[in-house]
Amino acid sequence: MYLSKTLTAATALSLIAASGAYAETLTIATVNNGDMIRMQGLTEDFTAKTGHTVEWVTLEENVLRSRVTTDITTKGGAFDIMTIGMYETPIWGKNGWLVPLDDLSAEYNIDDILPAMRGGLSYDGTMFAAPFYGESSMVMYRTDLMEAAGLEMPDAPSWAFIAKAARAMTDRDNEINGICLRGKAGWGEGGAFITAMSNSFGARWFDEEWNAQFDTREWSDTLNFYVNMMTDSGPAGYATNGFNENLSLFQQGKCGMWIDATVAASFVTNPTDSTVANKVGFTLAPDNGLGVRSNWLWAWALAIPAGTQKEAAAKEFIEWATSTGYIDLVAANEGWANVPPGARISLYENPNYQAVPFAQKTLDSILTADPNNSTVDPSPYVGVQFAAIPEFAGIATEVSQEFSAAYAGQQTVEEALAKAQAITNDAMEAAGYR
Amino acid sequence: MARSVNTQRKALNTAVAWAIGLLIFFPILWTILTSFKTEGQAISDPPVLFMFDWTLENYSVVLERSNYARFLWNSIFIAVGSTILGIIIAVPAAWSMAFVPSHRTKDILLWMLSTKMLPAVGVLYPIYLLFIKMGILDSRVGLVIVLMLINLPIIIWMLYTYFKEIPGEILEAARMDGASLKEEVLYVLTPMAIPGIASTVLLNIILAWNEAFWTLNLTAAKAAPLTAFIASYSSPEGLFFAKLSAASTMAIAPILILGWFSQKQLVRGLTFGAVK
Amino acid sequence: MATKASRSAARLMMAPAVILLLGWMLVPLTMTLWFSFRKYLPLRGGDLGWAGFDNYTRFVTSSAFWPSVMATLTVVGGVLIITVCLGVLLAILLDQPMWGQGVVRILVIAPFFVMPTVSALVWKNMFMDPTNGLFAHLFKFFGAEPIAWLSQASMPSIIMIVSWQWLPFATLILLTAIQSLDSEQLEASEIDGAPPLKRFWFIILPHLGRAITVVILIQTIFLLSIFAEIFVTTGGAFGTKTLTYLIFQRVLESQNIGLGSAGGVYAIILANIVAIFLMRIVGKNLDN
Repeated sequence: MYLSKTLTAATALSLIAASGAYAETLTIATVNNGDMIRMQGLTEDFTAKTGHTVEWVTLEENVLRSRVTTDITTKGGAFDIMTIGMYETPIWGKNGWLVPLDDLSAEYNIDDILPAMRGGLSYDGTMFAAPFYGESSMVMYRTDLMEAAGLEMPDAPSWAFIAKAARAMTDRDNEINGICLRGKAGWGEGGAFITAMSNSFGARWFDEEWNAQFDTREWSDTLNFYVNMMTDSGPAGYATNGFNENLSLFQQGKCGMWIDATVAASFVTNPTDSTVANKVGFTLAPDNGLGVRSNWLWAWALAIPAGTQKEAAAKEFIEWATSTGYIDLVAANEGWANVPPGARISLYENPNYQAVPFAQKTLDSILTADPNNSTVDPSPYVGVQFAAIPEFAGIATEVSQEFSAAYAGQQTVEEALAKAQAITNDAMEAAGYR
Repeated sequence: MARSVNTQRKALNTAVAWAIGLLIFFPILWTILTSFKTEGQAISDPPVLFMFDWTLENYSVVLERSNYARFLWNSIFIAVGSTILGIIIAVPAAWSMAFVPSHRTKDILLWMLSTKMLPAVGVLYPIYLLFIKMGILDSRVGLVIVLMLINLPIIIWMLYTYFKEIPGEILEAARMDGASLKEEVLYVLTPMAIPGIASTVLLNIILAWNEAFWTLNLTAAKAAPLTAFIASYSSPEGLFFAKLSAASTMAIAPILILGWFSQKQLVRGLTFGAVK
Repeated sequence: MATKASRSAARLMMAPAVILLLGWMLVPLTMTLWFSFRKYLPLRGGDLGWAGFDNYTRFVTSSAFWPSVMATLTVVGGVLIITVCLGVLLAILLDQPMWGQGVVRILVIAPFFVMPTVSALVWKNMFMDPTNGLFAHLFKFFGAEPIAWLSQASMPSIIMIVSWQWLPFATLILLTAIQSLDSEQLEASEIDGAPPLKRFWFIILPHLGRAITVVILIQTIFLLSIFAEIFVTTGGAFGTKTLTYLIFQRVLESQNIGLGSAGGVYAIILANIVAIFLMRIVGKNLDN
């Protein structure tokens, strides 16, 4: 069985070498986001252009992560292309597990990729994954409720203003919560939000000697501010709300404000799904007067595991899926509001796209996030809402579970922070940092 | 008089049993109903039970997005394949334990069950590496083997308890008549064991169909069964209750139908030697 | 009675099953044991050498360890109590004469056919969701404040979901056992004028003893390793992190194979303690 597989692979390789245009079947692991599902629907265009066919493995985010991580660390070779994020890319690239994307064609125009995205998906100056879409986070708010509360949203709000507005907009009798935020456990869910928020409060995960910082004033301020604001004006059970739960609350008109991924903008303004489509405004994520805003930076990107026998075809696919041509294809089929945002400079120079209401704020948000300088005090790690070290995902998931337990009222903020401190130091010791 | 008391009691039994039955079944019913709603109706407040505009939209979306036929075929292949393989290996073992018991038989049985207690996630990496070495990653054959091994202890135990209920004298008689071992198994034992084997097969197909850890972690595109199909609908962006319900209905419908048709067999068969 | 020849034939027939299961147990077990003494971090380059008992001490000294053992026992115990108690009542009820018995039975056993992932997703999203869930609507209808089930009552919620899945199994086995109860014996006691409660306590329950032990044994084996229900609903937050889930976090989320393997060894030990405990009771009951 194994032998025959190797043989077919070998013949396939020699055929590529001979003709350069051998039709392959690519197996692609991806996440079940709207943009990715849209891409699946448009795969025919790729097949028509190149002759290669595609097998999709579409999984929910958490399942996808554990699935592709198992495969890459064991060199399993089950996938030819993997959808990964800004957190995994530099770590895997450093380990030599990904094919460097440094020889893409001239038409692809790699310099058109937003520098923030390209930087976040590179290790040592080499890009290892191509951004399919990029995002930051920003405030989405209900213009009608804001007006009713007699307030006006500034271009760059502070946390104090957000908390005030949230309390003013809250109307429990009509099931309107002033603010909806992620509280769900998981480093990519509530963990990402609270870390980005803590940056603006001057907190950080580690000091320069990799000591956990949860015993600091800044973290206590962050968490207390968050819990107080959510208790007064957040939805019931916010400790289990993640991106998706909040999206559906906002679409049903049950949130005054929502601070989350910029890609959500196209969902909340889409009249078929959203009951508040024409009453949404956008503004930058808040700060706390310390010079750092609370927005994150993220990209879902396509990468090729080293050792795949279909490298050439995989590169063709990546060039197709992350090109400006693909953006035009989506725009032609589904309109400009639905193109994958945040990856290419040229998209934001396109007048058609500039007409989309959230385009400019998305770009502004992306441009203000700097993974190399995300904290007020110096930190030893790269990343805004994460630290790009292999141990982070595990630690942050446990820490965010403690936080969520505090949000649910099962322990105090101080207890949660003390446990977070112990968990983090323990894990960092196990990994040999301290 | 007695008759009317009996009728009254029967009516009461019926009412209570139906109420409880419907209550237990309700989550499934609700899922099926929701799969015919639009996303908006799926979360409408107050919720609607039947009075909504029935639509097949969710099913067409799901069918368009996923290759349902392939997931279904993989599920069938893996569940049936692992069951057949398991039965082939388990029948001789259970037979010998039931008819030629030694003082260690009970220990062996309990040991076999204890192999099921190894936490699967703890051995994911070893098994994954093994699968890569053998070249059976993302293959139906690989899953058939793993699921057969997982369920083998249960199969053996069930068969053992059925075989034990077959009176030994009949076998003795057959032996007296000069039946060979092969004939004994083929013509005497098998016909008597068919009902027991049938319910073992049923239970095993259900267990294999619902196994979600290995089937998800050892497959990619080629061998992925319905458990992987579900993983692509579990929490996407936006409203998803109706589509999730449609996908869920599609994932459980085949096994639910099988279960319903074989309900009598299951009720009679699931004894694990517990009856006497 | 058994001749020497049939004995060796019997051994031969058992061999494939025993060898396969031995392999299925020993290969992963040996690998787990081996990894548990290694510093094995895939994201840091793989096997980084001997670790001694570091992984073992680290796993038990972690603040999550004892709570996870307790969570495991709570889930297993809670589900067993609920399924056995309700299972007995349901089996008795289903054994009574009624109209449409077949259909009711189908309704009751249906949850057993539902994949754990699916049932967890359905319960979480369509019933326990604090805004759009059916329970929330129900609470609001009665003028009560909806409960955020999975955070405020996380453990009961999970026990409820798992019990729903396993109740049919318990009911089925208990029903089979009840049906084998000598109806003459029951009728005799009825004529004697024994009150129903007494009949239940002195005739039905003792008769079910063996079936109940079987239910407990089989369910415990499956319940010790439940995973999907927790992964989908709480992700291990709010005190629902079982030992299996903790190992999952160590292996897959923290990518520390050595530490996870040590946890695996502890899980095997725990399973065996539970097993020995069970066998003591069950073994006695099974011999009768």
